[in-house]
Amino acid sequence: MTSLMTWTAVCPAAQVPEFSGVAALVGGQQIAVFRTADGWYGLSNWDPCSQAAVLSRGIVGDAGGEPVVASPVYKERFSLRSGQCLDGDGVSVPVYPVRVREGVVEVGSP
Amino acid sequence: MPTMVVAGHGMVAHRLVEAVRVADPAGEWRIVVLAEESRPAYDRVALTSYVESWDPAALALPGNDYAGDDAVDLRLGDAVISVDRDAKTVTAASGSVQSYDVLVLATGSRPFVPPVPGRDLPGVFVYRTIEDLDAIREAAERRGRGRRAAMVIGGGLLGLEAAKALRDLGLSPHVVEMAPRLMPLQVDDGGGGVLRRLIADLDVTVHTGTSTEAISADGPRLLARLGNGTELDVDLVVFSAGIRPRDDLARESGLDVGERGGVLVDATCRTSDPSVYAIGECAAVEGRVYGIVAPGYAMAEVVAAQLTGGTATFPEPDTATKLKLMGVDVASFGDAHAATEGALEVAVNDAVAGTYKKLVVSDDGRTLLGGVLVGDAAEYNTLRALVGRPLPAEPVALLAPTGAAVGVDALPDEAQICSCNGVSKGALTRAITMDGCESVSKLKTCTRAGTSCGSCVPMLAKLLNACGVEQSKALCEHFTQSRAELFEIIRATRITTFSEVVSRYGMGTGCAVCKPAVASILATLGNGHILAGDQAALQDTNDRFLANLQRNGSYSVVPRIPGGEITPDKLMVIAQVAQDFGLYTKITGGQRIDLLGATVDHLPDIWRRLVDAGFESGHAYGKSLRTVKSCVGSTWCRYGVQDSVGLAIDLELRYRGLRSPHKIKAGVSGCARECAEARGKDFGVIATEHGWNLYVGGNGGATPRHAELLVSDVDTETLVRTIDRFLMFYVRTADRLQRTAPWIEELDGGLDHLRAVIVDDSLGICEDLDAAMAKHIEDYTDEWRGVLEDPDKLARFSSFVNAPGAPDPSISFRAEREQKIPVLLGVPEVRR
Ligand code: SRM
Ligand SMILES: Cc1cc2nc3c(=O)[nH]c(=O)nc-3n(C[C@H](O)[C@H](O)[C@H](O)COP(=O)(O)OP(=O)(O)OC[C@H]3O[C@@H](n4cnc5c(N)ncnc54)[C@H](O)[C@@H]3O)c2cc1C
Ligand code: SF4
Ligand code: FES
Repeated sequence: MTSLMTWTAVCPAAQVPEFSGVAALVGGQQIAVFRTADGWYGLSNWDPCSQAAVLSRGIVGDAGGEPVVASPVYKERFSLRSGQCLDGDGVSVPVYPVRVREGVVEVGSP
Repeated sequence: MPTMVVAGHGMVAHRLVEAVRVADPAGEWRIVVLAEESRPAYDRVALTSYVESWDPAALALPGNDYAGDDAVDLRLGDAVISVDRDAKTVTAASGSVQSYDVLVLATGSRPFVPPVPGRDLPGVFVYRTIEDLDAIREAAERRGRGRRAAMVIGGGLLGLEAAKALRDLGLSPHVVEMAPRLMPLQVDDGGGGVLRRLIADLDVTVHTGTSTEAISADGPRLLARLGNGTELDVDLVVFSAGIRPRDDLARESGLDVGERGGVLVDATCRTSDPSVYAIGECAAVEGRVYGIVAPGYAMAEVVAAQLTGGTATFPEPDTATKLKLMGVDVASFGDAHAATEGALEVAVNDAVAGTYKKLVVSDDGRTLLGGVLVGDAAEYNTLRALVGRPLPAEPVALLAPTGAAVGVDALPDEAQICSCNGVSKGALTRAITMDGCESVSKLKTCTRAGTSCGSCVPMLAKLLNACGVEQSKALCEHFTQSRAELFEIIRATRITTFSEVVSRYGMGTGCAVCKPAVASILATLGNGHILAGDQAALQDTNDRFLANLQRNGSYSVVPRIPGGEITPDKLMVIAQVAQDFGLYTKITGGQRIDLLGATVDHLPDIWRRLVDAGFESGHAYGKSLRTVKSCVGSTWCRYGVQDSVGLAIDLELRYRGLRSPHKIKAGVSGCARECAEARGKDFGVIATEHGWNLYVGGNGGATPRHAELLVSDVDTETLVRTIDRFLMFYVRTADRLQRTAPWIEELDGGLDHLRAVIVDDSLGICEDLDAAMAKHIEDYTDEWRGVLEDPDKLARFSSFVNAPGAPDPSISFRAEREQKIPVLLGVPEVRR
């Protein structure tokens, strides 16, 4: 799996404070990259509920232990692990792998 | 189908119709109501509050138009003029004749106007209906500038209410009372003395033990000569010298009337004609008339029960009274004058504190019979409910300032908590524990308790607590504490980071609810820039980018324009910036200019231009002070009496940047015409000829509320000090996203408690509140300047971390009415 992934470096890890997100342009896609206490996550930046590219600007936290980001527009929460929306039936956003290599954040795309 | 005709549509008639409809859902009775007044039943008890809103709808009793109910035929403005008991018909003013099977007289009473010469002069009024108040207001305003004084004839409960209304209208009232003390029916000499001093302190001149000899006209003014020789020069006169039952229909149709007036009825409210009943203030039940609403409601229930197959007789009425006049508590209950054989009186007259409290107890000192409370009636609800029952402690101990307060637990189940609606403690407890009424508002709908005079509402809250119903105040799943508790924790511990707050006092990693709440608390307590350190990641997107997020992901820019005053030069700067960055411009509802459609990348450049030209953040994005709206005021306006623009600017600059549980809006009007809509704001100031009136707890939005008067005629220094404390107390104790109106409503004791805390310093915290506000003012700096001066903060303003400066391809615009507007890529699903 991993071997087929293309990794794109987006920024130094230090540029993303804990419990916050940034948006990156990767191959024409907007990807939201988040950092929590226990790791890095990537979701599509597109919020299907508000139809705007804003998820990276949401507040990062947890819902019953599940790491989530809340859309800054209408506050629906999305799981950072699965992309599932916790507040809307059947809504979800694509998930992207994120890793840190030598202090640099990289986003994977298949 | 039998027909019930009701003469009159006052409070009691409405209760009758409601009670019959509840007991007779199938509509076996046809109900015809003939009403003299042109509007359906309203809350006459609250008539004086009409002065606050001048909105008749605010007094309407729920369900008073019977819309959609075919069984009820309400004919407004069509009084009954005669009754033919043989034919069983009534004739109405319109000429129509209506037959009845049962006739209920509910015609209330009329104000008594003693035969004083001059009582018919223009400018002389009575005090009973909405129309009376409209007429008084019109006369007060017609006098225009320089208007000063008014006279109220009668120093009873209604007279003092009238005096309050006149004072709220900006007149200085004189109250003239024949008896040697105020409220002679309710209080005794000791209480009357304390009451007089308290009332006199409030710019009301009291003349007791004297009559009014004559009133004469002197140009547009009225001269009143009192029995003791005093001459009063006033703008208007209000008679409030008692009421007389409207029993004329009964007299003319040969029904028995009471010795002292009133339609004579037995304990089932039946007159000497078995087909005719009388209820409310027009009735003399076994010879006795009642001038308050609770006995009237009981009569309505008695008649409704009989007509719908039940039986009931008039219970021993509760004639307890509590009044809150211009901040002065007066209460009397039970046998206040110790008329019971062998009754003993225990009184504490504290001239220093300005309180008088008396309990009347049985000859063995064990059973409470009644009492009088003046100056402090906090114990009224519990004491009243204890009448006729053993006292839980020595009478003197109960009256002492730090005495043995009576808790709700001490009350037996039969104790009446809401006397207006006859609801006992037992009924309320059942509603809470069996019917799941877990809030004050549910208790109100379910039991009717608290829906009339409202004095029992604090008891409802106490009962809820006593039943173990705790309204969950938990902020979110990460904190069991309320926002107010977290505020105190953070203030006391001086913690400065969210991570420490959540690890020590909460659980998990936080969420979009608790993070901004804690960020706001940290900001109020002065922890530097809102984007400093770990605070940036706590902020909602609006605060994080110091701009308002719009539906397409772009942002708006709102520079502060204090009081709405702006120079042509600054207007040109805004215009130029909007043009250079291609922004949509609109005048907001808050007297300033919104520049919309900026992308994150452009925000710093836009703000650099604005800051260089002397603008600063308008905090349109923050839960903080928004605007202080102003009218042009005395500088320009021909009616203005104070400089409203100057004050609005001072206030806006004073409180700018203050982070709060919700947004705060304010307004300052230069005169009572209120062009700044100050009473629709969290705090509103209205100029008077002597200073300022301060109103608090107003808002627009989905549940519009008018702000209520907190202090009146104060000078600017007192005004500002009072607002300082109001805001700081709010910021410390309100719930998250709770604006000032619901906050005041939920304060135990409401507006009176608020006044006690911030005006009389009842909690001894004013010094602390003042210091906190002084620190806020001293620490204030412009948030946008703070960003522009810090490269780290500036670096966050890019759409893409790996492509700074690249525009967001999902944001695009098209033109409409010569300005750009967002192109939506889909319709967002708004769900709340
Ligand atoms: C821009 C403006 C409309 C306009 O073009 O006139 C506006 C715009 C918004 N209002 Fe408003 N309100 C604006 C004046 C008002 C007014 C009028 C006033 O202030 O005199 C009111 C009624 C008065 C009041 O608040 O009591 C008003 C009552 C609301 C409410 C209902 C508040 C309530 O207590 O019920 C909300 C919703 C909320 O805050 O929860 C709201 C929320 C909003 C938000 C923040 C909604 C949102 O989350 O996106 C809007 C975004 C502002 C922005 O700039 O993007 N806005 N809003 C006005 C900005 C005024 C300013 O200069 O700061
Ligand atoms: C300023 C003020 C403050 C008060 N404060 C309190 C208080 O704090 N606590 C308290 O318990 N009570 C208070 N009261 C008294 C309370 O308002 C009355 O007890 C209550 O309104 C009586 O209700 P009712 O229906 O008997 O009479 P009303 O409410 O007076 O209604 C009678 C109605 O009948 C109409 N009517 C009269 N004749 C006819 C006719 N021939 N045909 C058709 N219609 C007719 C009248 O126009 C009126 O609308 C206050 C009253 C006032 C004025
Ligand atoms: S509130 Fe009074 S002073 Fe202000 S503009 Fe209106 S009329 Fe003039
Ligand atoms: S006592 Fe008046 S509403 Fe309850």
